[in-house]
Amino acid sequence: MNPLSSLFSSFRSRGGVHPDGRKQLSTEPPIRLLPLPPLLFVPLQQHVGAAARVSVLVGDRVLKGQLIGASGGNISAPVHASTSGRVVAIGDFPSPHPSGLPSATITIEPDGAERWIETRVPDDPFSLSPEEIATRVGAAGIVGLGGATFPSAVKLNLSRKSGIATLIVNGGECEPYLTCDDRLMRERADGIVEGIRLIAYAAGAREILVGIEDNKPEAIAAMRRAAASSEVQIKVVPAMYPMGWDKRMIQVLTGKEVPAEGRSAEIGVLVHNVATAWAVREAIRSGRPLVSRVVTVSGAAVAAPGNLEVPIGALAADLIKACRGLTSDPARLVLGGPMMGTQLPHLKVPMVKGSSGLLALTSKEIGLLTPAPCIRCSSCVRACPAGLLPLEMAAHIRAADLASAVGLGLKDCIGCGSCSYVCPAHIPLVHYFNYAKGELGALEKAKLRTDATRKLADMRNERMQRIAREREEAARQRAARKAEADAAKKAAATAAIEKELA
Amino acid sequence: MLIAIFSLTVLGGSLGLFLGYAARRLEVEGNPLVEEIQAILPGSQCGQCGFPGCAGAAQALANGVAPVTLCPPGGREVVALLAAKLGMEVNLAEIKNAVPQIAEVQDELCIGCTKCYKVCPTDAIMGAAKQIHAVFREACTACGKCVEVCPTEATRLISVPVTLQSWYWTKPVMPGAAA
Repeated sequence: MNPLSSLFSSFRSRGGVHPDGRKQLSTEPPIRLLPLPPLLFVPLQQHVGAAARVSVLVGDRVLKGQLIGASGGNISAPVHASTSGRVVAIGDFPSPHPSGLPSATITIEPDGAERWIETRVPDDPFSLSPEEIATRVGAAGIVGLGGATFPSAVKLNLSRKSGIATLIVNGGECEPYLTCDDRLMRERADGIVEGIRLIAYAAGAREILVGIEDNKPEAIAAMRRAAASSEVQIKVVPAMYPMGWDKRMIQVLTGKEVPAEGRSAEIGVLVHNVATAWAVREAIRSGRPLVSRVVTVSGAAVAAPGNLEVPIGALAADLIKACRGLTSDPARLVLGGPMMGTQLPHLKVPMVKGSSGLLALTSKEIGLLTPAPCIRCSSCVRACPAGLLPLEMAAHIRAADLASAVGLGLKDCIGCGSCSYVCPAHIPLVHYFNYAKGELGALEKAKLRTDATRKLADMRNERMQRIAREREEAARQRAARKAEADAAKKAAATAAIEKELA
Repeated sequence: MLIAIFSLTVLGGSLGLFLGYAARRLEVEGNPLVEEIQAILPGSQCGQCGFPGCAGAAQALANGVAPVTLCPPGGREVVALLAAKLGMEVNLAEIKNAVPQIAEVQDELCIGCTKCYKVCPTDAIMGAAKQIHAVFREACTACGKCVEVCPTEATRLISVPVTLQSWYWTKPVMPGAAA
């Protein structure tokens, strides 16, 4: 990059905020294993795409890593038993979602033995073909662990087909409080680097860049050591929110910008999270499907914050208990980071593949303030990393004019919350955008539905007309046949009479 | 005198012929707006709006004698499209009160009389004589025709249950604002 373009690149990387990281709460203690909870609740929908299909029955004995839900379509991921034990229920259970609505869930009672399934893995994983690696990653149920939960195998296959040049591994972890990727990089750097090389091999990437924010010096040092003798390049990026947004990370590391409403593959880049790289390594090297993940438990209401390795399906309450409980009544429970995470209704919800953090925040931390009218200071415009006009979009949405909000780029909003964070009037800007996106989605669905039902109604009308026509035709033919028969009878009768007379 | 009669006759006759030709040539087949409105309506001819089928409703809308909110099965999407077509301002948020509904057959009351699936305008009910009938949720427009004909009150309209897939955030309420 020449000096001139680097001068411009600093202008191009617009927006962003610098929230207080509060990572020191959970960053020091090493990752601990969560004690096996009495019950595990494994939802069938933990990823983007179709839900998995149940492949066990109530009462079945399962081993750790055994398939319990098969992939439900082209874009889907299987789910596996997170421990050995018995399936005790299959049915609805509250999902880790702000609505608290239930979703199909398999409940497993652990037997405490933690017996793994038997698997065969090659000594040299690079002897496998790239296709075979993608297949194994898919079968291991690996999804994007940064939070997007898009099935990883689909991404690998698409990348190989479209021919990507660069693999970017996202170790940004820009959300405040979260330290799970930081701890993972410090403790398991060798495994992560191996996973990264496997992903690059499966995707056919030539250049491999790992972006880590400069507020994680230990992780950077550990990753540099692990990557020293390989083609993996560790890049330090400035700490700012949302550095972990894939398009921002791509821009900072390669200088290329992903077009609006476009995908990173269009400019030849594939992005994966560091935790996903670790999961890929586990799947290919050890033959172990994704049955656990590292979750940050933090917030001022938690007695002993830290990072836990959690089996998928453990309840939020189990995690809090393992962190010596709550010191005060939390004002808000959050799954994920405080900027983009979702509010949890209660602690009786399971941890899923996309759960990076569990936060119990006090009212002092969330600072609930009453919204006031917009003073048009445009702080949100400066903060928006996507280059949008949050104040204008929110005003249109408030006046129920969604079309204008879309015209201003609502669909390019990533919901990062930077605008709400900086707003001096405490207007819930990102809430407006989430509402508008949901409303637009619902209208879109309704339109598809109306089109489909109209087609059905038209087909039925056509059928009814055809049946009526056919009936009429049949009646006419019957009448014609009857007339013919009558005429023949009459003729016969006349002939008979004539014969008699003669 | 004769000249006057002749000239006026020729004038009247030729104008009459011209007008007759023009009427044929420039004829408008119905109101094109009616057809465009009919394309927006669900086309299930359920009659809930009080007009004889969707064509009648389209006619009434084009004449301005019916509100754009007349179609219950169409929901908010149809209201928005109609309002845009007719150049009217509608506050979609107010229409939300009409919770989307769907037909349901209660198994324990269904006697398998086949009456409901014969009247369903979108073929959304499946069944056979003396078999319990069932509703295809995706195809049902909640027109209510099946409810009218059911002899045992086994069919009814229920609110569409909110699922994880259909849930989304509600509109933020600003304090002090008349929301």
